[in-house]
Amino acid sequence: MASFKPTKIQVYPKLGEKVTQDTLYWKNYKAPVQIKEFGAVTNIDFSPVTPHNFAVTAFTRIHVYGPFSQEPVKTFSRFKDTAYCGRFRSDGQLLVAGCEDSVVRLFDVSGKVALRMFKGHTKAVHLTDFTSDRYQIVTGSDDYTCRLWDIPNATELTNYREHTDYIRCGVTSKLNRDLFITGSYDHTVKLFDARVDKSVITMDHGQPVESVLLYPSEGLLVSAGGRHVKVWDLLKGGQPLVSLKNHHKTVTSLALSSNGQRLLSASLDRHVKVYNTTNYKVVHNFDYAAAILSLALAPDDESIVVGMTNSILSIKHRKSQEDSNETAGQQRRRPSYRVFVKGKNYVPKQDDYLVSKPVKQHLAKYDKQLRKFHVSKALDTALETWTRFRKPEIPVAVIKELDRRGTLKNALAGRDEQGLSRLLNFLIGNLVDARFAPVLVTAAEMILDIYQSVIGQSPVVDRQLLRLQDLVEREIDYQKDLLEVLGMLDTLFASSLPRKEVPCSGISRSNGLTQGEAGTSKSQLQVT
Amino acid sequence: MVEHGDIRVVHRGGSKINFREPVVTHDSRFLLCASGEAVKVFSTSTEECIHELRGHTGLVTGVLLRPSNHLQVYSSSVDGTVRLWDFTDGILIKTYVIGYPVYSIYASANHEKVLFIVIPMQSDKRVELFQLVAVHLPESGEQLVETRELSAVLSNVSSNPAAIAFGRGGEYLASVNGLELEVYFFKKHKSFRFPLKKDNKKGGKNTFTCLACHPKDDCIATGHEDGKIRLWRNFNHKKEYTYSTLHWHHSAVSSLCFTPEGTNLLSGGVESVLVQWRYNQESERDFLPRLGAAITHITVSPDGALFCTSHSDNKVTIIQSCVKVSAVIQGLVKGDIRTDLLVDPRSKALVLNGKPGHLQFYSLQRDKLLYNLDIVQQEYIHESGLQQFEVVKAAFDASGSWLATVEERNQKAAELELNLKLWAFDEQTQSFVLNTTISAPHNAQITAVCFRQGADSQTTLLVSTSKDGHFKAWQLAAPAHTEDEGASWLCDFVGAYHDRLPECCSFSADGSLLAVAFQEVVTVWNPASWELLTTLSQPPGAIRDLCFGRLSCSKYLMGTTASNLLCCWNLLTCSLEWSTSMDVSLLLDDPLSENMAAFCCQSGSTDLFVFKPSEPRPLFSHKAVCSGAVTRAIFAPREEMLESCEESSQWLNRSQLYFVTQHTDLMTFTTKAEEDRLMASSKQLVIDDSVAMTPFYLLLGKHRQQQEENRDPESSLSVARTALPQTSTSIKELLQTPAHVLPSTSHLCSMFVQSLLISVSGCREEKAHTEEEMESEKEEEDSEEEMESSNCKPGPAAAAAAGGQAVEPDAPALTKAQARELRRVRKLDYSWLADLLDS
Repeated sequence: MASFKPTKIQVYPKLGEKVTQDTLYWKNYKAPVQIKEFGAVTNIDFSPVTPHNFAVTAFTRIHVYGPFSQEPVKTFSRFKDTAYCGRFRSDGQLLVAGCEDSVVRLFDVSGKVALRMFKGHTKAVHLTDFTSDRYQIVTGSDDYTCRLWDIPNATELTNYREHTDYIRCGVTSKLNRDLFITGSYDHTVKLFDARVDKSVITMDHGQPVESVLLYPSEGLLVSAGGRHVKVWDLLKGGQPLVSLKNHHKTVTSLALSSNGQRLLSASLDRHVKVYNTTNYKVVHNFDYAAAILSLALAPDDESIVVGMTNSILSIKHRKSQEDSNETAGQQRRRPSYRVFVKGKNYVPKQDDYLVSKPVKQHLAKYDKQLRKFHVSKALDTALETWTRFRKPEIPVAVIKELDRRGTLKNALAGRDEQGLSRLLNFLIGNLVDARFAPVLVTAAEMILDIYQSVIGQSPVVDRQLLRLQDLVEREIDYQKDLLEVLGMLDTLFASSLPRKEVPCSGISRSNGLTQGEAGTSKSQLQVT
Repeated sequence: MVEHGDIRVVHRGGSKINFREPVVTHDSRFLLCASGEAVKVFSTSTEECIHELRGHTGLVTGVLLRPSNHLQVYSSSVDGTVRLWDFTDGILIKTYVIGYPVYSIYASANHEKVLFIVIPMQSDKRVELFQLVAVHLPESGEQLVETRELSAVLSNVSSNPAAIAFGRGGEYLASVNGLELEVYFFKKHKSFRFPLKKDNKKGGKNTFTCLACHPKDDCIATGHEDGKIRLWRNFNHKKEYTYSTLHWHHSAVSSLCFTPEGTNLLSGGVESVLVQWRYNQESERDFLPRLGAAITHITVSPDGALFCTSHSDNKVTIIQSCVKVSAVIQGLVKGDIRTDLLVDPRSKALVLNGKPGHLQFYSLQRDKLLYNLDIVQQEYIHESGLQQFEVVKAAFDASGSWLATVEERNQKAAELELNLKLWAFDEQTQSFVLNTTISAPHNAQITAVCFRQGADSQTTLLVSTSKDGHFKAWQLAAPAHTEDEGASWLCDFVGAYHDRLPECCSFSADGSLLAVAFQEVVTVWNPASWELLTTLSQPPGAIRDLCFGRLSCSKYLMGTTASNLLCCWNLLTCSLEWSTSMDVSLLLDDPLSENMAAFCCQSGSTDLFVFKPSEPRPLFSHKAVCSGAVTRAIFAPREEMLESCEESSQWLNRSQLYFVTQHTDLMTFTTKAEEDRLMASSKQLVIDDSVAMTPFYLLLGKHRQQQEENRDPESSLSVARTALPQTSTSIKELLQTPAHVLPSTSHLCSMFVQSLLISVSGCREEKAHTEEEMESEKEEEDSEEEMESSNCKPGPAAAAAAGGQAVEPDAPALTKAQARELRRVRKLDYSWLADLLDS
């Protein structure tokens, strides 16, 4: 005796975003904490030492926030004009910042007043950074120069005048104390070596460079400028590796996830995109409220901090493990789990004689009714599930099954006003859905056939029938329009595709039956 | 033309086992089914076929246990004979020649030495009229017995065996035909007829379909066309008869059966539900639903423990007391074959349509249905006139790891429901698991599906052609997202050629070319880039079949057209190599060689030509293979290669050609050498020892063995001294005839002892011993008929019998008679040796 085979509920592909491992990872953040700054947030830098405070440069101030604080734990406000590029030293003790007034200031993180002032630039300084030996500072300025300074003496060591436009970004090597990279509005990215007082490698980005980033291994360099993000291979002398164009406005900031597997780019188009660094495909996308100027990721991706032009700083913290555990714990409180697994994991011993219990088949309610040939009831149950869970697949599958059994007419007939109006309601909701139309159109025709004698007796049903008619008419018009568009597209494709000669056998050509050309062009059209 | 010397067309297995009611033996261990020209003996516990009783030359129409000896069985056949068999050993005992085709057979314990058979009326050959006659079986020692004493009992009976039954203890005989029930009383020699009106008011059809008689009570149950069951009582009066009506079945009742005690009535029909009615409490019913297919026969074992139901899908189900299906004996389901015949590359099983919505895997070597694969996966509604999903196409890939099936349901012309399903072979469960379902893959019926054959190709590719004018290529694609479980199939390419309909498609052996026939035109595509490489055509007439050549002939493409043309194109020159005019109904290629087979339909019969694409000369041809057109055929690879050196039969070396005739008979070609080998192997077939291995048997068997070992030296010593009569003809005769046909033991005993008493030289004591031993042998022969009871009986007789078996533990193939003879020979040798030593 075979068991009853339940009704097959067709699984339709889910529309919308697909859930991937990346979406799960990047969605696992709490709702953002938003902090209003005094002006556009131009730079965010995380301290390399715990507790990983971060410095936010906005207008004339630099605020230092703790990892979970809503208020700044420290403020540096001794700037005469807009501050730029507040960055921590690798030990987290010192912080350097440029300023619109061309003076570079060095702060002790615990102090308030600048320890050193480096004067020499003639225009605003947008790039400041420490070299990896911790005793020197690299700066880049709008006066087209970038300079190397000695911290203890506060003296200028070298002056590079290779760029021909503003220098707006740069990064120092973490592995070599003499190497640093600058990006400029002259479309170039240059790698300087402090030992030879000139640039070693020059890479042409093609657009004004807004941000540069070195991979942890420092073999690859990422530059952002215009709408492009480009990856360069430094070990091959600055060969371009990939060019990405996923934003539709200027890319302003770059960041790498802690494991180096994902690259993030922020843009004025209000998006942050996450790329897979092996194939450089976009795997995730964040939306923000305003154009983004700066982006930073905390170590271990604990938080994502984004600064925007509307002077709002948005901080997203990762959901901790405990949070997810708590919700799971609540679910497990029910006693049912232990009841269900009781005795299931018992391993029989060698001499035991195993008597297996027949497995009980669990059927949905409509399946139980279908098994007993209660067709009307089964349809009612299925409609009920639709009203409760909004799953049109189930009633459609049941209608299809009834149609296959040849009992759809019996199931639809003999309904009162309420039952009929519920059925019509379902039809109105789902008739024009292309996935269900083939099944529901037959059902609708049957309903009209069965109940045509009682039309006019109930105002509710009449109103619904009119709505149904209206719906069908609109759908017909819509389909006509679509067919017109399709016809136009066909002509366009057919005229744009090149024609190709197909070799024919002598015999087939002689009888004049075959011209291969048309066939090929049509088939290609189908592929597109 | 090559003469076909030794190649024959033979039937290959898969005969019906549901043709007649199965018979369960008294001990419920065996089930006997009429199956084609043989009777098959199945084990009810293991479902295996133990042996076939072969001998009839026509269809077997009835199987019946002999009422006086339940270890013997009668079988009747349309070849005009009734044969008596011993089914435990599979031996033919007697053949009764009737002289007329027998359509069914009945017997009753009250009528000894009389058989009742249904034969056609002799008066008029044209009209299908049948009569029931009683046959008196003459006493005769011979194997072949002519029976002349036929006496008519009832005329104008139905040929359906379910329409006649014996009533309580054989006192009366009931028969239904059309709208009439007839009851014949043997004592009074009088019959009563009870006609029914043709239709009652509610439009029910009163035609009788079947009949059953209560074993203890005067009650006849009849089944009717409209699903009603009538219980007739008081029918020994012409007028005062009564009947009550039971109604559950919605269409015709096809079988009725009372349990042996008469407490329950079983009924079944198209609904495939076994209904159990309580006798005298008919409102109480038990149901056993979803038995798979319409019930055709119901039988109950003599002890009432097992119910057997035969089903229309060539299946016998064994049910334990109406609750649990304990065994299913499934034969080859022969319906309308919509899919081509296929061979599963893994199991080498033949795959074709089976039960509705299933594919069946049928082992050709073992003539056994391996399993059914549920393709449609929907509850089957047993109702006539309902359009069901049917599997119309199936294809395997070269390694057997993928199976593609197409199912369709065509309710109205406009609405076609199509599903393309792809099944992956699961190593763990050793069966196919559904991987992808593509609903509505095409807008119209699919005409062909084909996998790329190259075994080395990394990506499997499936091509489907449809009447909507397109062909589509499907490819296994890696999961795009991590949430998906695994790889699934996606459409890779859609191709078309003008607005022509693609009819068939074929991949070249290495998978580098795809040929799709669009009516008259063959298009050749490159599956890697989907470029149209060339077109070939040979008008007029649409292309019917396409086959690429293999191995050395891989540059050729063969095609047949509707206008009776067989063409061979050379793909290197893109030109026609040769063509010949023949009406090829089916063209197929042997996957293991260059050979191709073409079935040609000519004047009502089919001819076979086997050829190589390289030359238009047949390697082998066979005229009139069968009547009617052959539409399905397949080359199945052999398990072991034949080594035939004759040119005409070489094409059968690597694979065997199977085909299905119009009447859905599965046929094949065999060579003489192969048949000889098969005969030789069947002779040494092992008849399995059917004694159940109960704990009791183990205990006792061991004990006996020890006893025998203890006894052995002593007995051989004693035997050594007696010079037994070596050339006693009576002993020889006794030993060579089977035990079943021997006269009674009491009759034989004295004669036998007499024969032993010739030599009087031995001492008294020893003689007593020999006598005892001889006696024990006697008893063993005696107990042959109740084998079980004798086996369980302790004592010297049983010990000796067991000893006989224990001596030759590794040769169970020997029958008991042979074993005894062996032992005798050995003993004789001993004595002779001992004499030599003495002298």
